[in-house]
Amino acid sequence: MNKLALFDWFSLMLYACLVIIGLVNIYSAMYNADDNAIAISFIQKQFIAFGIGVLLIFIIQFIDTKFFERYASILYLLSIIGLLGLWLLGTEVSGARSWYAIGSFSLQPSEFAKVGVALAIAKHLGGFNTNIERVRDYLGAFIIMGVPSFLTLLQPDPGTALILLSFFFVLHAEGLPSFFMTILVTLFVLFMVTLLIGVKWVTPIIIIALILFVSLSSKRRRKKILFPVFVVGILINGFTYSVAYIFENVFEQRHRDRFNILLGKEVDTQGIGYNINQSQIAIGSGRFSGKGYLEGTQTKGGFVPEQQTDYIFTTIGEEWGFVGTIIVLALFTTLLVRVVRTAYKQKTVFARVFCLGFACTLFVHVAINLGMVVGLVPTIGIPLPLVSYGGSSLLAFSIFLGIYLRIAYQRTLLV
Amino acid sequence: MRSRFFPLLIGLFGVVMVMRLFWLQILSDEYDNLSLRNSVIKQYDYPERGYIFDRNGKLLVSNQPMYDLMIIPKNVKPFDTVNLCAMLRISKEELNNRLTKAKRYSLRAPSVLLSQISKEDYGTLQEKMWKFPGMYIERKSVRAYQTDVGSNILGYISEVNFFDLETNPYYIRGELIGRQGIEKTYEKTLRGKKGVKYVQRDKFSRIIGPYKEGALDTLPIPAQDITLSINIDLQKYGTKLLDNKRGGILAIEPGTGEILMSVSTPTYAPSLLVGRDRSNHFKALEQDTLNRYLFDRSLQGQYPPGSPFKVLNALIALEEGVITPNATFTCYSGHYYARNQFMECKCNYGAVNNLNRGIYNSCNTYFSNVYRRIIDENNAQEGMNTWHKHLSSFGLGNYLGYDHPVGQSGYVPNANFYNLWYPNQRWQGTTTVSNSIGQGEILMTPIQLANVAATIANRGYFYTPHFVKSIQEEFIDPQYKTKRYTSISEEHFTPIVEGMADVVKRGTARIAQIPGIEVCGKTGTIENFTKINGVRTQLTDHSMFIAFAPKDNPKIAIAVIVENGYWGGRWAAPIASLIIEKYLKGEVKRKWLENRMIEGSLETEYAKVTSNKPFTINE
Repeated sequence: MNKLALFDWFSLMLYACLVIIGLVNIYSAMYNADDNAIAISFIQKQFIAFGIGVLLIFIIQFIDTKFFERYASILYLLSIIGLLGLWLLGTEVSGARSWYAIGSFSLQPSEFAKVGVALAIAKHLGGFNTNIERVRDYLGAFIIMGVPSFLTLLQPDPGTALILLSFFFVLHAEGLPSFFMTILVTLFVLFMVTLLIGVKWVTPIIIIALILFVSLSSKRRRKKILFPVFVVGILINGFTYSVAYIFENVFEQRHRDRFNILLGKEVDTQGIGYNINQSQIAIGSGRFSGKGYLEGTQTKGGFVPEQQTDYIFTTIGEEWGFVGTIIVLALFTTLLVRVVRTAYKQKTVFARVFCLGFACTLFVHVAINLGMVVGLVPTIGIPLPLVSYGGSSLLAFSIFLGIYLRIAYQRTLLV
Repeated sequence: MRSRFFPLLIGLFGVVMVMRLFWLQILSDEYDNLSLRNSVIKQYDYPERGYIFDRNGKLLVSNQPMYDLMIIPKNVKPFDTVNLCAMLRISKEELNNRLTKAKRYSLRAPSVLLSQISKEDYGTLQEKMWKFPGMYIERKSVRAYQTDVGSNILGYISEVNFFDLETNPYYIRGELIGRQGIEKTYEKTLRGKKGVKYVQRDKFSRIIGPYKEGALDTLPIPAQDITLSINIDLQKYGTKLLDNKRGGILAIEPGTGEILMSVSTPTYAPSLLVGRDRSNHFKALEQDTLNRYLFDRSLQGQYPPGSPFKVLNALIALEEGVITPNATFTCYSGHYYARNQFMECKCNYGAVNNLNRGIYNSCNTYFSNVYRRIIDENNAQEGMNTWHKHLSSFGLGNYLGYDHPVGQSGYVPNANFYNLWYPNQRWQGTTTVSNSIGQGEILMTPIQLANVAATIANRGYFYTPHFVKSIQEEFIDPQYKTKRYTSISEEHFTPIVEGMADVVKRGTARIAQIPGIEVCGKTGTIENFTKINGVRTQLTDHSMFIAFAPKDNPKIAIAVIVENGYWGGRWAAPIASLIIEKYLKGEVKRKWLENRMIEGSLETEYAKVTSNKPFTINE
């Protein structure tokens, strides 16, 4: 059988489609009939990044998977050093020290740290004696993702910091005690509910619920659970109070606004709500088939800020309509499903966890970015992978995909 | 291991996203509208408002530039307020008020700081504009009047109000609309249709090019010029004759129904309602409840018609066959129409009047008998309704359907009206006998009276009176070219015309004689009442005259009313006659009469009402 036929050309094609859609729409977002030099220079930069990305994918296909497993720790350390180096050599762009400037290009080490963390966690879980249900091992995993996350948070780049923590989902899929997920979901729900209806309503509701729970259980059980329930009650109430406290006193107004607008507590289309309002107008006005390429009135008028990066999906929505947005959504979900399926076909834990790490990173990016532009998630500055303008992100995902393709290919060779 | 976790997460995300996008892009059209609103703006291209000419092609209304001082508060830098106030001729407080108002409206969007700056002020302002950053001058077009009479006909334009915006989607804030008169009736003709250009703008409101390559743009449709049927010289002459008197004149060309003049005094110059002081002037005109400048006496004034109405009763009687032209009634300087009810008349005691003498002597006794015959022929119910039907065919008791927005229907009673007043139908001809001499419940407007004169001149038909002769060389609505026949046969008009000719030859209006022209007319002296401090008080009679001339092939039919002018031959008949002379001969030879009319004033008469002192009438 031809060896090349075993290669996952389909995933590579999905990748190429998304990048090309990105190039086409970045051009439109930057398009200016009078002075097109800016649009062209953006396209050139993105195209160069695409070229380098394809080259990296190509090179990676010649590196054995074992290499990555063996040197995962080194690569991880390198990415940590990359993050630390920002303190010395980084340049500050709009208040965040997240970039290395190299000539006219700039590199964002936190993008590559995602690959590093994926490799490190894969290696950690694939270790000979590792058991994710064991305290020592999951704490190790937490530290692996915690350190770079903390470093990015200091830049400050909370969006990327959040993405790095999202490897938690991989740990959960790999069998992390369900306690953590329960806590996470509970806290999330409590958090949202507290913000929505206010702490003075949440507290009595919880107390009544717990009292009901205790009084409805059998007499014998009641004695046993009384104390734990009491502790849980105090913890929950403590949490809701601290949420309220943090929200009111630690959060800055802009953070509060983001939540309030999303929760529908505030209607504001000029100030902080401007972005989200304009991006929904752009997408919504595209209707079924869109206004046509380079014809988007919102896009042309520059009403949506950062349209070539985080808000690139609004150009697609306005100019290509429902057809366009669904195609992009379909391309992403197809790629995700493919990666997850390949992951569970892997023989080694390292391969599986790395694939899941890739899927997880991609998923969280896509979900948060699309959720943000359609108004379902608060504004968090995260680009749409492969499509948004930005060389570092494109390169990082190219490397991710390259390693994934190599892993998938190598396994099929073994069969 | 939880291998279902990621597939579930991805599936859930996919479903939620598809639903959300479906809602945003397919179901809800709110965003589409918002998008148009914030990125596409309409720019309008206004055609110049149409000109108005008189029937001889004299220009009456054109346009002139006016200037608005616009301001963008954000761009304003500290400036010399004293200088600006002086140039704009406003006080410093006023300027500050206007600045605050503009700021409150919007910091970035332009608003009007001062509107309708005249050409003269614009000249000085223009040179100093560089001193006032954030302000600029915008040119607008307003009406320019080449005449100082005829404001009641022309009407005026004004800015659209909330109601206009609600009811007519054509208009947007700040546009002008024909508010009154011809400007209102022919608004669509005079304004044309504005062209729309859709342009795209960016977030800074800068124009970045046409929207959809201009596919939705429309070109303006030019406005059309209007030629009125009014003869402006006649209008001017009539206005002059009514100087210092309250009243109305309306003249019609019987052969076409074209209105030659429509005078209402006191009047105002149309140019008062243009320019910066427009609202002050308007308020002053509107609030004068004695002179009632904005009330068009020729179209809206409802008066009892008085003696001219007698000819209508005669026509009805002839048509119904209850009299012949030769039938006579004897007048004893009046007569008892019921026990102890005496109706006076100016005839000599024992005068025997046939139809002709009845008309030219304006014999009350004669017409009282004629009227009672019409009403009481069979029974009063039927008689009254027949009478009503005939009068309706003259367009009385209803709007005539002319092309001017103001008017009144007047009133012609019918049997039901009296049935309400007199229970069990206990009324008859004698009960309502005042109608016989045009005093009872009947009300008519000068245009209705003039139209009656035109109908008699035409011997039985009329054209709907109208103010517009042609629009851009073409004749207007065919409804103005259709004859409207009355229910009176043509032959019955002959004795009436003869009677009216004798009114001028040997009757009550000998003063209206014009050498070489046979004028037919009928005078009227109209009793009228008002309420002073809640007390019904009689005032000096109105002076009334209707006429047409020449007798054969008439060219002009006219009605004149001079409020509280006493008898018909005193003011109304001379005025009508002077106008006829001027119209038919081009100049007036009887200067002595002309001067008497122009110089005559009734101000002392009008002052009586407000004097709060007892006064005598008909002196």
